[in-house]
Amino acid sequence: MIELQDIRKGFGDKEILKGVSTIMEPGKVNLIIGASGSGKTVMMKCIVGLMGVDEGKVLYDKQDFTAMDEKEKKVIRQEIGMLFQGSALFDSMTVEQNVMFPLEMFGKGTLKEKKARVAECLERVQLKEAAKKFPAEISGGMKKRVGIARAIVLNPKYLFCDEPNSGLDPQTSLLIDKLITELTQEYNITTVINTHDMNTVMESGDHIVYMYQGQKQWEGSNKDIVFSKDQKLNDFIFASEFLREAKEMRQLELFKDGKWREQLKKEQGEQ
Amino acid sequence: MEFKFFYHFGNFLLMLKGMFSRPENMKMYWKQFMQQCVDIGVGSFGIVFIISLFMGGVTTLQTAYQLVSPIIPKSTIAQVVRDTIILEFAPTLTCIVLAGVIGSKIASELGNMRISEQIDALEIMGINTKGYLIAPKIMAAVLMIPVLVAIAGFLGIWGGKEAGELSGIISSEQFMQGLRQEFKAYNVFFAMAKSYTFGFIIASVSAYYGYNVTGGALEIGKASTTAVVVSCVLILFMDYALTAILL
Repeated sequence: MIELQDIRKGFGDKEILKGVSTIMEPGKVNLIIGASGSGKTVMMKCIVGLMGVDEGKVLYDKQDFTAMDEKEKKVIRQEIGMLFQGSALFDSMTVEQNVMFPLEMFGKGTLKEKKARVAECLERVQLKEAAKKFPAEISGGMKKRVGIARAIVLNPKYLFCDEPNSGLDPQTSLLIDKLITELTQEYNITTVINTHDMNTVMESGDHIVYMYQGQKQWEGSNKDIVFSKDQKLNDFIFASEFLREAKEMRQLELFKDGKWREQLKKEQGEQ
Repeated sequence: MEFKFFYHFGNFLLMLKGMFSRPENMKMYWKQFMQQCVDIGVGSFGIVFIISLFMGGVTTLQTAYQLVSPIIPKSTIAQVVRDTIILEFAPTLTCIVLAGVIGSKIASELGNMRISEQIDALEIMGINTKGYLIAPKIMAAVLMIPVLVAIAGFLGIWGGKEAGELSGIISSEQFMQGLRQEFKAYNVFFAMAKSYTFGFIIASVSAYYGYNVTGGALEIGKASTTAVVVSCVLILFMDYALTAILL
């Protein structure tokens, strides 16, 4: 579980994160969504420690990551896997070597065991045939899958994905989303995704944090989002006529399923 | 301007300090070090070979052109060539060229890794990127550049001998005789001291500019150019300082 407690971050006079608090639970796909410049990338960088916070705490399973020294942070970092927007694969290494790298650096066991683990991870992302290829020889979607394989090779407790669908076609995007969701549930990982992609929001968002101008504007699940009355969130998520119609259809579906009762109860509870 | 100098100098020192931590996996660090030794040493051998030969040849021809007095023995040409190459050309000229070859490679490699988030990926894994990426480059440069300078010295003198013989200025025997006259081993020590210093400058300055790139492809190019320019200026400055101190 990752807990953010009132985190603040600024650059010079400009405050980017204005006190964000939330809890990200294991086994769930936690999404950070928001327009460009809303602070979601800074927030993710603060969570993983690529940037320090000015105020507030980031807790990994109740351990204060922000108060740790480098040595302690290293221990936590070995439990983190991250998929970068541009995949961040090492150009001079083959797909297999890329996935092997964290294992070689930190993994225990024999070379045979490590190779077997790499093969298992590549099999999991359906890329066994590309093992000997270099990153320059594979497609964007394949690079993302290699990035996922590298991120999960050490069995992380926390998985971070920075815009995993950017630059991918809708079909490949769905494949990546499905893969991340399956891995999250299979290994009970706390997954945090920073995304713009509405398919990801509607299909995978077990827990969604909507950021607006450095603040948490809305929080809920992909079931709640269709009933949300937050104007800013609705303007962001259902920006086009097509998406507004899709939202109404989804509401109807949920009404048919009887899930509207849960929503009604929730709203009454809030009042 | 001075504040920018202190800003960069302070950051540079912090970068060097950041390199010192216990390696996460010594085997991987060793592998990286050996890879850098190959890249820097073997990768630069070709250019060192070419410039050294011509440097020696040109030195012989120019020295002969200036020493026209019949009372000066021809073996003096070899003496002048030897000392010029050992004291100045092999360490300084070779390192100026290596600053361009190795410096731009290090700066662009690290800059590209920074821009494409590969350095962030290593950080996330819990690897000390300064220790893993920069320290092996500096150590490899400090080890391999003196070797290249020593090779440049030998090749330069050999090139000088061949040029002298081919042009009919000085015979091989006269050249060899001149080489042995008044040879000071201290000059070799001086050349090595310079090459260690220059090796450190080339790798560390280039790594600093590459590691701290922000922006895109254009900035990688700018960082490479700045790394080479700053390395060359520092090499020339340290060349003067070491000559004033050690000779």
